[in-house]
Amino acid sequence: MKLDKEALFEQEAEELMEKVHQQYGYDFRGYSRASLYRRIKRFVANNSIPSMDLLRQQVLGNSYFFEGFLQEITVNVTEMFRDPSFFLSLRQNVLPILSTYPFIKIWDAGCSTGEELFSLAILLKEEGLLDRTKIYATDVNQKVLRQAKEGIFPASNIAAYTSGYYASGGKNEFSSYYLSNYGSLKFDSSLVKNVVFYPHNLATDSSFNEFHLILCRNVLIYFTHALQERVFKLFDESLVDLGYLGLGKKETLALSVINSRYQLADKSNRIYRKTS
Amino acid sequence: MVAFQKVVLVGGSWGGIQASLRILEKLPATYPFPIVLVLHRLRNAEGNLKRIFEKRLQLGVQEVEDKMPLQPGQVYLAPANYHVLLEKDGTFSLDVSDLENYSRPSIDVTFTSAADAYKAKLVGVLLSGASKDGSAGLKYIHDKGGVALVQDPSEAEVSTMPEAAMKLIPGCRVATLDKIQEFLLWIT
Repeated sequence: MKLDKEALFEQEAEELMEKVHQQYGYDFRGYSRASLYRRIKRFVANNSIPSMDLLRQQVLGNSYFFEGFLQEITVNVTEMFRDPSFFLSLRQNVLPILSTYPFIKIWDAGCSTGEELFSLAILLKEEGLLDRTKIYATDVNQKVLRQAKEGIFPASNIAAYTSGYYASGGKNEFSSYYLSNYGSLKFDSSLVKNVVFYPHNLATDSSFNEFHLILCRNVLIYFTHALQERVFKLFDESLVDLGYLGLGKKETLALSVINSRYQLADKSNRIYRKTS
Repeated sequence: MVAFQKVVLVGGSWGGIQASLRILEKLPATYPFPIVLVLHRLRNAEGNLKRIFEKRLQLGVQEVEDKMPLQPGQVYLAPANYHVLLEKDGTFSLDVSDLENYSRPSIDVTFTSAADAYKAKLVGVLLSGASKDGSAGLKYIHDKGGVALVQDPSEAEVSTMPEAAMKLIPGCRVATLDKIQEFLLWIT
């Protein structure tokens, strides 16, 4: 049977993912196919790579090229105060409860380039909790972790970030948190002085600590249901009783076996609380 | 695996809400196919789009959530600030990767992934809009053997989007909203 162009592409993409797994240890079997294929096609188009064969040679023959490829196909697009109502709800409903613990531990899973991490740190600072909170910021991609640590973001998004900050209940001048220079914003590094940056692969690694709050927003949308289930179990093992789990606005625990142990603390913002 | 004979996709931007209400409002709750609606929306806005459609349509209306399965007689709205893709297993997946044609949701992203999953079962409809988003996706649907329908630009509130599609897809069908609505009923 002759394969059409799309079927041929999909076959070549699957073979490449298999080889990537063997050679570099990154496992894409649990990724949703439609968006994975789209990102591979985009990478090929944006870098003017003439064929899948050449892509395979480059990815498998050059580990620097592979790092760039990995960066593109694991989506790292993120923003500060995405869905301000989520951050407002954290501030009003979750942080007051967390403040009753002498010491707070938070996991920002899939932190990417750190925009969400800095948004969270600003909230904690304004609620007087930053000094007794330890945040574990993890990502599968070491390159974005280094960027997250630096806290330098493009200034082009500043209008959206500023309005997001105030809509999420911001109490100060937003501009007091960063220095603006050459089209970039450099955020106050004391915001992340209690943050541990740590490479962690949700698809393969295990639980490494116990947390009062886990944030994992718009990361699991790239995974199949089966891989999501693995990650939800991992989160369940990593949360204290009565701990909180914050997902993206269109993500849900409803299809998971762990759902019965969780309550929706805030339905529209998808903040769950472990009951027992 | 996928039980539907057809999946209807509708894209629009400026003027797209009114136009899509017009083509969908007479479809009965028993309509046998799922309908996916991608309209350009404001970024962090809480949608009352769902309420607007619920009020006017007999069909069920839902905002797409991650891994939701497609069902007949339902209109699925692309949520603000996400791309919506259709998987071969009959579910949706979401994506927050870069804007496409300055848009997220992008009509091209949804149309293209749907054409890979559903091929000739697709009916793609492109309505009024001040954007070129959607025409490449509609062409992809057409190339895979699906139906490409474009709103008659002379009655569109903004004709950029239909005109871009007509230019790119010489074989597309151009029709008024009334005719598009008739067509959606006729295929059942």
